[in-house]
Amino acid sequence: MVLARPEVATRRRAALRAGALRAGLMALPVAFFAVFFALPVAAIVGRGLRTEDGAWQAGRLVDVLGRPDIAGVLWFTTWQALASTALTLLVALPGAYVLARFDFPGKALLRAVVTVPFVLPTVVVGTAFLALLGRGGLLDEMWGVRLDTTVWAVLLAHVFFNYAVVVRTVGGLWAQLDPRQEEAARVLGASRLGAWRRVTLPALAPAVAAAALMVFLFTYTSFGIVQILGGPAYRTLEAEIYRQTAQLLDLRAAAVLTLVQFAAVGAILAVHARTVRRRETALKLVDPRSTARRPRGPGQWALLGGVLLTVLLLLLLPLGVLVERSFDGGLGYYRALQHVDAGGGTFLVPPVEAIGNSLEYAAAATAIAVLVGGLAAAALTRRAGRLVRGFDALLMLPLGVSAVTVGFGFLITLDEPPLDLRSSWLLVPLAQALVGVPFVVRTMLPVLRAVDARLREAAAVLGASPWRVWREVDLPLVGRALAVAAGFAFAVSLGEFGATVFIARPDNPTLPVAVARLLGRPGELNYGQAMALSTILMVVCAVALLLLERIRADRSGEL
Amino acid sequence: MSTTKKIAVGTLAAALGVTTLTACGGGSDKASDSGTGSKTVTLVSHDSFNASPAVLKEFTKRTGYTVKVLKSGDAGEAVNKAILTKGAPQGDVFFGVDNTLLSRALDNGLFEPYEAKGLDRVPDTVRLDKDKHRVTPVDTGEICVNYDKKYFADKKLAPPQTFDDLAKPAYKDLLVVENPERSSPGLGFLLGTAAKYGDDGWQDYWKKLKANGVKVVDSWELAYNQEFSGSAGGRKAKGDRPLVVSYASSPPVEVLYSEPQPAEAPTGVSTGTCFQQTEFAGLLTGAKNAEGGKALIDFLIGKTFQEDMPLQMFVNPVVKDAKLPELFTKHGAEVAEPYTVAPEKIAEKRDGWIQTWSSLVLK
Repeated sequence: MVLARPEVATRRRAALRAGALRAGLMALPVAFFAVFFALPVAAIVGRGLRTEDGAWQAGRLVDVLGRPDIAGVLWFTTWQALASTALTLLVALPGAYVLARFDFPGKALLRAVVTVPFVLPTVVVGTAFLALLGRGGLLDEMWGVRLDTTVWAVLLAHVFFNYAVVVRTVGGLWAQLDPRQEEAARVLGASRLGAWRRVTLPALAPAVAAAALMVFLFTYTSFGIVQILGGPAYRTLEAEIYRQTAQLLDLRAAAVLTLVQFAAVGAILAVHARTVRRRETALKLVDPRSTARRPRGPGQWALLGGVLLTVLLLLLLPLGVLVERSFDGGLGYYRALQHVDAGGGTFLVPPVEAIGNSLEYAAAATAIAVLVGGLAAAALTRRAGRLVRGFDALLMLPLGVSAVTVGFGFLITLDEPPLDLRSSWLLVPLAQALVGVPFVVRTMLPVLRAVDARLREAAAVLGASPWRVWREVDLPLVGRALAVAAGFAFAVSLGEFGATVFIARPDNPTLPVAVARLLGRPGELNYGQAMALSTILMVVCAVALLLLERIRADRSGEL
Repeated sequence: MSTTKKIAVGTLAAALGVTTLTACGGGSDKASDSGTGSKTVTLVSHDSFNASPAVLKEFTKRTGYTVKVLKSGDAGEAVNKAILTKGAPQGDVFFGVDNTLLSRALDNGLFEPYEAKGLDRVPDTVRLDKDKHRVTPVDTGEICVNYDKKYFADKKLAPPQTFDDLAKPAYKDLLVVENPERSSPGLGFLLGTAAKYGDDGWQDYWKKLKANGVKVVDSWELAYNQEFSGSAGGRKAKGDRPLVVSYASSPPVEVLYSEPQPAEAPTGVSTGTCFQQTEFAGLLTGAKNAEGGKALIDFLIGKTFQEDMPLQMFVNPVVKDAKLPELFTKHGAEVAEPYTVAPEKIAEKRDGWIQTWSSLVLK
């Protein structure tokens, strides 16, 4: 007893120190989310739910939810998200398999290409799909088929956006499952299907569930796509929040709907967090390079061909139509981008400067996202209690909360020194970082968690400080994941449109904002320039993602 | 050991350095104007605001103030944001509240009274707050049906000129309009019909329009660039509706943005279907630079700005002495008597009308 006492004290000190370290690591991410997310959202919701004299009005919830049009919105939002998720899984799972198990030339390029849609702004994708499925689009011209203002256009565009989510989440894990386990089951007498069902499927199921939940989240909160392709008859919760806030200034209804969205998104994220945890445990993973091989036999070649055809028709064709239209006037539209429009300037600067602006903003956003997300991931790696795990899910919330809520929240909270950021350029990268951080955390966390804890313990036993343990054990192992995370944050920031559109200034518009402004004006030249800028944005995103493929670590998390 | 330490410290420094560097790199020209010092005056407006850089420089030359422009969404959104930030406004002057939104802005106490210099050159009919001077009219424009000249010439059919015409069988399935709930030309068109047929008559008119195959889309962009057969975008998209709700100024714009510019505008205006929109500017309550704001409002109704406006925002000047550019006099339509509705009435009836309209036309 007497002997043990100093040991207990040491251990307690160590625990205290670890706690302090965690708190230290968490301080910045917590502050960032409190100031730039929680506070603005709470402020705008609070305004809607309180009366003039500040009393809370719980009854308002019931009033608004009882309205028949709101019930219709909730119903449509849910079923279109379910349908989109099912369709995306159906279309993308073969792609996940092919990219995981087959080895073929151009594979890295294909991986990058399928990811481009995910980071494109909705206004560009909406325009591309209109050019394909809409009036005078390719389908219309060839077979007289038009899908705009139908729910099919919305569903197809949702598959287009989220194909990469399934391919990367499921495919990433699939590539690391040891094929020999399935082979062993076959040897032991299981049928091909039986082996797959008993061995591969259970291992894969959590990844499929996680991917499905992310797709559901993204489509549940869909706004631009439904607005552009769905027409007046279709309205999602997100679109309704925008309408109530920005157009009608009915903050009460908007607040209630925001709470509903919060509840739904919170539930999705909670389930997601559970599946992710299940996935991280108890799987023996192998180097993906050892599992991929050339396709064999006509069946496998046909599968590969089928996936390539799907990618071609569903992902490349819409983008191709856009590129084609940008060259309608030869290089004329591209040349026009270099001038401040002589007849009536949409901008105070030549549109081509939007590229520079976007790159600068995205670089700043990436720096912020990597700093905040990296610290959060490092804190979350430590053996953590329920509270910290809750924070993990919390970090994902900005992906599911309406950009208009955040944007309007900024307006009414960040209006006093020292935080009068409303007219500062910094607000744009801050808003973009809000969307980038979840990706950084999701990329880093699994890699950090996969670091063998015994390595850390050994280092600690040998007398290393927690800081040194991190530096010499964690950092070398996660360097590549960090680069991938940065790249993803960069690409996502480039395409971010929702919050940026509320705060970008006319003298330095970002690329997506510039495209939207050009589309908002009559005349051929404006339309053509919008197409040309969209094409440039696409190329920039593709190049960034291709570079990522080169540095991608073997186990770089979920994305 | 010391080398790893150095590397670590270096990495950290580099990370911070990148942050600050990008901050400086991006900020050198952007952060400098964030101060609301007396030499900067901030104009808050909607996304359609435009002015020639030369004209804004002229303002600086005359008054010493530099203008910073904040575009704050479409017209409705911009006004709503201004209302939300009342007391701590984003700028000094707000431009772009129109007669459909005016009551909402005034009732919320958005503006301080200021009687602009040169107001006597502005006709009485558009000075909607002439007792209190909380807002100053800056431009007018008309929301009208546009037609595709080629379509009607090919069909040897006279283009419609009035609201009544649009409901006639000859023009069945030809018109595309915007959803008034989401689009300001759509709202203007609905208000025009209410002005023409009265509080109780417009519903019947819309029933007729619906029976005559009117198509509704969500935004002006979709209506004009996709569905309308007369615009450049619509021709490319093979739009098949030769009638669209747009602006009286759309034909000159169509000419301006074509290469090469055609001798004649491809579209025309049905002048009996026009609703007049007037846009106002006002000094925001709590403006940090009220003096600069006043100077800017004076400048907005000055000849230089007024003559620059038509080709920048495709609207008409509001002062009598401003000359229209040739493009407008040549291709634009003169609307003798546009319809209009008093702002107070719009404020009172708008939501009810839109709801009635939705259940009548969309369902």
